[in-house]
Amino acid sequence: MDAVTENLDDYVSGFLTSLSIILWSLVGSLVLGMLIAACRVSPVPPLQRFGAFWVTTFRNTPLSVVLFFCAFGLPELGVIRSFFFFGVLGLVLYTSAFVCEAVRSGINSVSAGQAEAARSIGLNFTQSLRFVVLPQALRTVVPPLGSVIIAMFKNSAVVGAFGVGGDLWSTGLTLTSARGYETLPVFIGVALGFLLITLPAGALLHVIERKVAIAR
Amino acid sequence: MSQQSVLYDAQGPRAQRRTRIGTVVALLVLAVLAFVVVRRLVEQGEFTMEKWGPLINPGNEAFDAVWRLLLEGVVNTLKAAAIAMTLSIVLGTLIAVARLSLGRTGRIPLIGLVEVFRGLPVVVLVYFGVRVLPDVGVPLDELPGGAVLWGLVIGLTAYNMVIFAEVVRAGVESLPRGQREAALATGLTNGQAMRLVLLPQAFRVMLPAIISQLVVVLKDTSLVTFVANFDELLSQGESIRRNLDNPIQTFIVIALMYIAINYALGRLAQYLERRQSRTAGEAGTAADEDSRVPVGGGA
Amino acid sequence: MRTRRTTLAATVAIASLALAACGGDEADETAAGPPVAEAPEFEPGTTMAELAEAGTITVGTKFDQPGFGLENLEGEVEGFDVEVAKIIAAELGIAPEDIDFVETPSAVREEVIEGGEVDMVVATYTINDERRERVSFAGPYYVAGQQIMVRSDNTTITGPESFMENPDATVCTVTGSTPSENIRPYLASEQEQLVLFDEYSQCVDALSNGTVDAVTTDNVILLGYVAESDGAFKLVGEQFTEEPYGIGIERGDVAFCEFINETLAENEEAYVEAWESTAGQVEGAETPELPEPAPCS
Repeated sequence: MDAVTENLDDYVSGFLTSLSIILWSLVGSLVLGMLIAACRVSPVPPLQRFGAFWVTTFRNTPLSVVLFFCAFGLPELGVIRSFFFFGVLGLVLYTSAFVCEAVRSGINSVSAGQAEAARSIGLNFTQSLRFVVLPQALRTVVPPLGSVIIAMFKNSAVVGAFGVGGDLWSTGLTLTSARGYETLPVFIGVALGFLLITLPAGALLHVIERKVAIAR
Repeated sequence: MSQQSVLYDAQGPRAQRRTRIGTVVALLVLAVLAFVVVRRLVEQGEFTMEKWGPLINPGNEAFDAVWRLLLEGVVNTLKAAAIAMTLSIVLGTLIAVARLSLGRTGRIPLIGLVEVFRGLPVVVLVYFGVRVLPDVGVPLDELPGGAVLWGLVIGLTAYNMVIFAEVVRAGVESLPRGQREAALATGLTNGQAMRLVLLPQAFRVMLPAIISQLVVVLKDTSLVTFVANFDELLSQGESIRRNLDNPIQTFIVIALMYIAINYALGRLAQYLERRQSRTAGEAGTAADEDSRVPVGGGA
Repeated sequence: MRTRRTTLAATVAIASLALAACGGDEADETAAGPPVAEAPEFEPGTTMAELAEAGTITVGTKFDQPGFGLENLEGEVEGFDVEVAKIIAAELGIAPEDIDFVETPSAVREEVIEGGEVDMVVATYTINDERRERVSFAGPYYVAGQQIMVRSDNTTITGPESFMENPDATVCTVTGSTPSENIRPYLASEQEQLVLFDEYSQCVDALSNGTVDAVTTDNVILLGYVAESDGAFKLVGEQFTEEPYGIGIERGDVAFCEFINETLAENEEAYVEAWESTAGQVEGAETPELPEPAPCS
C-alpha cells in the first residue's frame, strides 16, 4: 500500500474535492428536486408536463451525457463558468429527477382522505400540506430519497472526469497512468475514500429511517 | 392528469381561472426560454447542415458510416447490459438465499460484501473489472467478446448483484410466512421450499423492479468510456465527434437514443406493475403512474 | 480492446480529419510505404523469425490522436505511428493489411506489452526510466516537446511561466498524461488552474468556447489543432520538455530492438514520407530527422 501512503496528500485533497462536489450537489439536488416535484403535483398543466418531461429526460439519460451537455453545451449558450460549477450542475440536474420522483411518490402515497379531512376541518392549502400531508409523506419519502442521495454521492466520481481534476477519481488515474503506480493499491485507496463517505451516510440513513418509520 | 390529487379539491370557477392564468404564464416563460436557447444555438452555427447532415441526411457521405457506428454501439450497450443483468440476477439470488439460510454469524461476511459493493461508485467497480483484474493476472482476454466487455460486465455485476440480493431478500421476506410453512408441511426440504415455492413468487413481485434496474445498468454501461475503450453507444459517439467535429449534434442524437430505449423499458415496468397489482387484487396501490424509483440509482 | 485490421494501405492524413467524412477523394497522397520484404531470413528463435513466420503482427497504437493514430469512421487507423509500424512490418515481410492495430490508450501500454497481447506499441509513447522498468524501447523515432496553445487574442499567457503570474488562468490537458505532470510545477494552484479531460479534443473544445485559457501537450499535436482552427489558436513560448517517442516492446528483447532501429535507419525515405503524409501535413510542422537511437537494453 506504498502507493497510498506515499501520496497521502493527493488522496486527502482528492477526498476533500469529492466531498465539496457532494455537498454542493446535495443542497442543489434537494432544492431543485422539490421544485420539480412541486411542478408535477401543481394544478397547472404545462408545469405538470414540464415536470414529467424533466424527469423522463434526466432519468433516462446517462449521467455522463448530462455532464457533457453541461460542460460543452452551456458554454455554447454563453455560460462560462468553472468545470467544478458545470460538474456540480450536471449532477444536480441528473439527481433532481430522482429526488422529484421520490418526493412525488411520497406525496401520492398519502391517501386522499387525509387531505380531504384536513380541508374539512378548515385548514387551507399550505396548512394541510404542512401539518397533514408532508409529515406523512416524509415517512415514505425517506428510504427512497436516502438511496437516491447516496447514489448521488457515488455518482460524484463521474463529475471528476469532466474537467474538475483533483477529485478522488482523477487522483487515482493520475497516480496509475502518469506516475506509474500499480492499479490495485491505488484504487483500493480510491475505494476506501468513497467508502469513508458512503458507509457513514448509509448508517445515518438507517438511523433516520428508524426514527421516521412509524407503522401507519 | 386524470388522477385526483391529494393536494387540492376539484376546482371551482375562481381556481380554474387562476389555473388558466398560471397555464398561460408558465407557457410564456417556457416559450421564451426555448426561444433564447434556440436563437443562441443558431447564432453559434449549431443548426447548420454541415453539422447535422451526417446524422440526419441519408444523402450525406458520412451518414451510413455514422449510423453503422451508432447501431453497433446500441448492440454492444444492450449486450453488455444484458449479460451483466443476467449475472446480477443469478448471483444476487444466490447471495440472498445464502443470507436468508445462513446463521447469524455466517451472514456477517456476506453483509460486509453487500455493504462494500453497494458503497462504491460503479465507475470505480468498472475500473476494477477492466483495469485491475487483468493487472493482477486474471485472463479476461481469453473470454469470447474481449477483455473490456467482461471487465465492464464484472464491474456492473459486482454492483448490481448486491442490489438484487437486497431486492430478492425483500421479495422473499414480503411473502406470507404461511407459504414456507405450508411448503415444509407438504414434506419439501428447506432448499426445495425456497426454490419451488418462495423464489418463484418473489420473482413475480420483483419483475418491475428488475426492469427498472435494467435501465440503471444500461445507462451505467456508458461509464466504461472513462476507463477503456469498448464500442458501446457513448464511445461510438466520441468516435464520431472526433472525426466530424460536431459534438453537440452527436450527443443530442445519442441522448435521444438512450432516452428512447430507457423510456420504453420504463413503460414496460409500469405495465407489468399495473398488471400485477390487478391480478394481486389490490388495485389502487400502484395506480400512481411511474412512481417507481430505481432500487439502486447508478449513473 | 478494439481491434482493427487496416484494409487500405492508403492513408488519409490528419488534414482530412473532417474530410474523412467526405469520401476518400481527398486522399491525394497515397503513401504506399516501403516495399514489403519477400521471405526475409532471420535467426531462428528471435521475435523477428516468429513474426515473419506468422505473417502477421499485432501493434498497439492510439485511436484518438490526430496525426499519429486516429480511427476514421470506416474503422481504419491513420497517422504517423501507424506508418512507422508499417515500415517495420514491411521489413518483416508483413504487408500493411496483415497488421492488426489494437487500441492502446496511455494507461494500458505497459500492461499489454507485458501480457503479450501486442508485439509492439507505437503510440506517442514517451521513453522514460519508470517505463523502462516494465518494457524496452526501440528508437526514439521522434522527439516531441511540450508547448502551450492559447486563443489568438490572448496576450497574457506567453509561456508556461505565465501561470504563476496569472492565477486565474486555466490550462487543460489529459488526465494521467505526461504533460499533466510536466505542467504542475508551473502552476500557482493545481486545484484552480488545472483542468483534466479524457482527450485533447475536449480540451480544444473548452479552449474554443472560452471555458479554459490554454491547452498544453506535445507541440506536434497542438500544431494539428492550430492548423484546423483557422487562426483561432496560436502556440506560445518555447517547448519546455523533451519527449522522445519510442516503440515499446517486451522488456529485454535486445535483438528486436536493434532490428527496429536498423530498419528505421535504413528506411529514411519511407520515414520522411510517413511523416509528410500524416502529422507533417500540418502547417508549421517541420519534417524531423530520425533521432539517434538509444542503446538497446
